[in-house]
Amino acid sequence: MNRRTFISKSAGAGLLAATGLSWLTEGTAAGAEEDSRTPYDLVAVMGGEPGAMYARGIEGLGGMEAFVKPGQTVVVKPNIGWDRTPEMGANTNPELVASIVADCLRAGASEVFVFDHSCDNWVKSYASSGIEAAAKEAGATVVSAASQTSYRQVTFPGKVMTSALVHEKVIDCDVFIDVPVIKHHDGAQVSLAMKNLMGIVWDRGFLHRNDLQQCIADIVTYRKPDLTVIDGYRVMQKNGPKGVTRADAALKKTLILSRDIVAADAAAAKIFGVEPADIPHIRIAAEMGLGKIELDKLNIQRINLKA
Amino acid sequence: MQKYLKLLRVFFSIILLAGMSFLFLDFTSSTGTAWYRRLTYLSFVPSLDLFIQSLIHGLALTAWGWLAVLILTLLFGRIYCSFLCPLGVLQDIISFLSRKSTLRKRPFRYKYSKPLNWVRYPILIITLVSLAVTGTLLVNLLDPYSHFGRIMADLFRPVYIYGNNLLAALLEKAGSYLLYPVDIIAGNPLTLIVPVIVLILLLSLATTQGRMYCNSVCPVGTTLGLISGIALFRPTIDKTACTKCGQCVQKCKAQCINIKAQKIDNTRCVGCFNCVRICDTGALRYRLTLPGKSDAQNIESDPEDMETVSKVAASGLGPMAESILKEEPEAPRTQDTDRSKRRFIAESVTALVALSGLEAWADEDGDEENKASREDAAMKKLKAERRVPVCPPGSLSLRHFTYTCTACHLCVSACPTGVLRPTFLEYGLIGIGQPRMDYNTSFCNQNCTRCGEVCPTGAILPLTAEQKTTVQIGRVNFIAANCTVTKQETACGSCAEHCPTKAVRMVPYKGFLTIPSTDTSLCLGCGACQFACPVPEKNAIFVLSNREHLTAVPPEEEVIEYEEQTEFPF
Repeated sequence: MNRRTFISKSAGAGLLAATGLSWLTEGTAAGAEEDSRTPYDLVAVMGGEPGAMYARGIEGLGGMEAFVKPGQTVVVKPNIGWDRTPEMGANTNPELVASIVADCLRAGASEVFVFDHSCDNWVKSYASSGIEAAAKEAGATVVSAASQTSYRQVTFPGKVMTSALVHEKVIDCDVFIDVPVIKHHDGAQVSLAMKNLMGIVWDRGFLHRNDLQQCIADIVTYRKPDLTVIDGYRVMQKNGPKGVTRADAALKKTLILSRDIVAADAAAAKIFGVEPADIPHIRIAAEMGLGKIELDKLNIQRINLKA
Repeated sequence: MQKYLKLLRVFFSIILLAGMSFLFLDFTSSTGTAWYRRLTYLSFVPSLDLFIQSLIHGLALTAWGWLAVLILTLLFGRIYCSFLCPLGVLQDIISFLSRKSTLRKRPFRYKYSKPLNWVRYPILIITLVSLAVTGTLLVNLLDPYSHFGRIMADLFRPVYIYGNNLLAALLEKAGSYLLYPVDIIAGNPLTLIVPVIVLILLLSLATTQGRMYCNSVCPVGTTLGLISGIALFRPTIDKTACTKCGQCVQKCKAQCINIKAQKIDNTRCVGCFNCVRICDTGALRYRLTLPGKSDAQNIESDPEDMETVSKVAASGLGPMAESILKEEPEAPRTQDTDRSKRRFIAESVTALVALSGLEAWADEDGDEENKASREDAAMKKLKAERRVPVCPPGSLSLRHFTYTCTACHLCVSACPTGVLRPTFLEYGLIGIGQPRMDYNTSFCNQNCTRCGEVCPTGAILPLTAEQKTTVQIGRVNFIAANCTVTKQETACGSCAEHCPTKAVRMVPYKGFLTIPSTDTSLCLGCGACQFACPVPEKNAIFVLSNREHLTAVPPEEEVIEYEEQTEFPF
């Protein structure tokens, strides 16, 4: 997308934002027609390797073709927050990221961008996480998010946070895929898909000093991911989000996929071991109408690869 | 054959300058640290500094570059100044460009000038004396390698990054992400004073008087000059063949050829071989000149002079070495460093520089009689304590660091996170320009050991990644009253989130809210908490400097058995 189409697109988004429907602008365009074919609101997989779990899971949502049309640009946004190796579970599993990237390209994506606004030094985080190498190998364009020049100001209908500098690739891409990892988190209690969106924002400090839990939900109003894939392969159960030793992570071998970021977070919270309603930002997001928190009202496909 | 000496010099020096410049300009932190070692190995002052530190701290003696330079000088004269010194080569480039400049109306010619002995010898002696009293202070301000480093790292590096960003933006438009943009850290502009003054001085001297800086100010130049006067090989004039045409004089940037007397002042000759190249008669040649047979040329070099200076050097380094040795015994794991603090302050006061009143952080015990409320006094003390800079892991103590670092800023360039930033007078005048850990700008990466690996002086001694996990350079200080959680009653946890050891962790506060709680025994002083803290005043959580670095408790591997997931919890 070039600058001009961006301007027209964001102007349109602005209008919709005024009517409080901004999250509908993206994602639905690609997904709406497929919804009827795929009955599941959410797919949960367990008992396999990250790549295998993803391959089975995405089928339940109609395959990547339901999300990516030929020629479209995609952002795959993993958590690459820390200079930590994969076995610590501080970052998204590199194999999962690579599988998604490859699948997007197979579905005809023209370019797949991968980045995160890392907390630790980004060069080291990209390398230690194994994500840079794996994503590049799979054909992604791995870009920096460490310079303010890569960000542009956008507005959105949040309650506390209503504007932010957001990474240009998220603003410009056709399809936005959120790929977080389930982790304990000292600030947000648990770090899932909505929390992962902090990595598309330049000034993280703003969220921390202006009611973190509300702001996490507010970012979702800018652009709801078209697809959320939550990595629950290694789950950091304590000392998160960075982790101190390998003992902080439990091997749970799970994966959650959904179009609904709130529903995905609710399911992932259960896998972590907490009630979704006890996590303020999940509750707030549900109250704001950004997605469904009641898992019993969803049509869930459960796949156990071990069984 | 002799005509190629200049070509050899130009070739060699340009490669060296390019390599060294790259080290100081590079921001990618991708160059292997072995290259830093190789390229700085023969830098005289850093090498000597590292050698002394290795002796003091009982490390393997690997820094022999300084000795190699002395031997090279004894054999071939001051070729160090033309082949190996980056500041010398930088001056050559300045004068080369200024000669080619169209701004000049007439072609530039050098003239012979008398040696400024009354400038160069006092500077050398004061430098050596000050080395004993104040550590590296004057070396900081005079070492040519360090000047070069500061000019590159502080002045040219931002320009280099700016250029990279322009190119990265262009490439991105063309769909390539080969380069990435980097934000330029806007530091304290006062830190630019020293490199700017030196660059202006060099620009004015190099364009009008060639290597005047090297032959009047530079203590390394003066030291090597004492030896080069008796070097085995030196440019000499065959009086019978010389026609006194004066072409060599015009090319001599050291301005040391006295054509009337047909003499070359070898103490000032920087071994550039321009004269040899230009001399058509074959009178001026680089010849083997045995000490006994020295023709009356060596007017400036008096062997006795050299001995006196080396005696001063030896006696001067003695006490410094001893005092650091005494301080060396393993610091016990205690926060009470008052004794060494007091000793350090006392010594700083005796040092001439302390009289200037610029040791901002030396007065922290100052107002004990203050009758104001206890809280006020505690607050004041804390504020004073906060002003003490944190020095990088591997630098042992403020004393070791400030006495050893020559402020070349190689670590500043090599640091991948940008946490190492140049100071102005935060360490006091004694440590002008020496880098500190600036936790408002960035924080120290737990797994990174680059600064110690690249430091050429031994100010930051190398640490293994394993060793670094327990080096405590400072300790966390939390003031709950200033925390977002207390003030706004909203969740935050940014500090605990960034803490690599959980020296800062969140504990239950009100409802679902949690609040930071600190355990300084686990703290490394990496500054991640201070950097991440969203409170703009940075007064809620911050790191206080450990004057002597301590040992942190290694994080415990608390293994919890997790049940295997067999069914979905929803």
